[in-house]
Amino acid sequence: MINILEVNETNKMIEQEKLDVRTITLGISLLDCCDSDLDALNRNIYDKITRLAKDLVSTGREIELEYGIPIVNKRISVTPIALVGGRACRSPEDFVEVAKTLDKAARDTGVNFLGGYSAIVSKGMTPTDEALIRSIPAALSATERVCSSVNIGSTKTGINMDAVKLMGEIVRETAEATKENNSLGCAKLVVLCNAPDDNPFMAGAFHGVSEADAVINVGVSGPGVIKHALEGVRGENFEVLCETVKRTAFKVTRAGQLVAQEASERLGIPFGIVDLSLAPTPSVGDSVAEILEEMGLESVGAPGTTAALALLNDQVKKGGIMASSFVGGLSGAFIPVSEDQGMIDAVNRGALTIEKLEAMTCVCSVGLDMIAIPGDTPASTISGIIADEAAIGMINNKTTAVRLIPVIGKGVGESVEFGGLLGHAPVQQVNRFCCADFINRGGRIPAPIHSFKN
Amino acid sequence: MEKTIITVVGKDAVGIIAKVCTYLADNQVNVEDISQTIVQGYFNMMMIVDTSGSPKPYAGMVTELDELGDAIGVRIRCQREDIFTKMHRI
Repeated sequence: MINILEVNETNKMIEQEKLDVRTITLGISLLDCCDSDLDALNRNIYDKITRLAKDLVSTGREIELEYGIPIVNKRISVTPIALVGGRACRSPEDFVEVAKTLDKAARDTGVNFLGGYSAIVSKGMTPTDEALIRSIPAALSATERVCSSVNIGSTKTGINMDAVKLMGEIVRETAEATKENNSLGCAKLVVLCNAPDDNPFMAGAFHGVSEADAVINVGVSGPGVIKHALEGVRGENFEVLCETVKRTAFKVTRAGQLVAQEASERLGIPFGIVDLSLAPTPSVGDSVAEILEEMGLESVGAPGTTAALALLNDQVKKGGIMASSFVGGLSGAFIPVSEDQGMIDAVNRGALTIEKLEAMTCVCSVGLDMIAIPGDTPASTISGIIADEAAIGMINNKTTAVRLIPVIGKGVGESVEFGGLLGHAPVQQVNRFCCADFINRGGRIPAPIHSFKN
Repeated sequence: MEKTIITVVGKDAVGIIAKVCTYLADNQVNVEDISQTIVQGYFNMMMIVDTSGSPKPYAGMVTELDELGDAIGVRIRCQREDIFTKMHRI
């Protein structure tokens, strides 16, 4: 029998420590929407998304109400559009039309983001892939809710350096295309290496070709809950610290598993995975940086930060893995700068640089995320950063990603406001030495030796 | 059997339990267990109830209990039991 203390603990986690289910993401395959006629393609896509997702938002609200746990976002991910649009889209302009259809479907179903305006080009690019990639700046400036991602490498295939070079330019163009809006378009564009097929978190979410027709994925989050639990074991040794994170992650993930099962049952759509990530928000008390500082660091970025993050990530996975029957996606701790008040403070006090963030990405769950950089940063430098990050993912068999925002018209020392969950960020210094000759070589970096496991 | 946990937290006053129980009785909700403590000077009650006999839609009950709480100056939450059993029992 449940007792009053357990009930109070759960409700305290929700009310004071900001435990939430961050997202219910409905993955939808659009492969059966393909058509050689652009209008027919758009119609098929719109009809399928609105048919399957029509009850998504209301069901999310129902579950939220009945269990008393906030479900912050309801979202949709679709098959990478480069695969779906191949027959109908002859030019980047055609792809922009598809993006507008996706945006309309997202608006009409009431979801706040729709991911999957994507191309998977880890080994090579088809002309269709390239057309989609070239359409990204226009697509992201013409739409409000569409998120885009490009997978440019993997442990099995190596890194497609042609795509890396192109993406440096595309990130810049997207920044230019949305400069009236603090280059916000770049916040909806992520460049990945080893992208998982079942990630429910934006901007990198898409519905991979290995997935079923429709599937419910859930992302849970509770940095505040972990931070609070650690406050109770100040000064204790690492064994106690790890055990505390693990136990708390278990409880947090169980809540996510319950919501995932309920959503799946009520919508009649199979349950896919729970992604047990600690995703921060800009509000105070919902920060991954604060967890690391609670472990004993004066500021994130201080020596010891990478070790603390590695420990946190591993214990979150260990605790979560037993709590859910299927764990997937990115699972771990996110370290976006603009979305985490503790990270923003660390940058502002000079404790955290892009180089330290890069080191941290070796052990975090994603990568260089939501980092504002000077608007005059050359495309080749952005490509260089993408290549570095992809190499970390490729060699270490993990997902890595880059979501940089070159804020047009702003320089180091200034700050940029994105609003809502995307937060605000100080513009950070980027290494000013040039890597253009390296990036301009083009071609492909071969897969690493440990990719040959057959 | 659809078990629900109702929690009532707030400044102590005369008649809180009576008012909550009257609402539940009016809506054919059966009370199975009540435990109550005073935590940090606050009235803190948990009820385990069975809603399967009630004609009222669940969402309606959550909202009405919330409004009842506002009227008598306490916070009343109504949540399905699963969220607690899933989190605290393996």
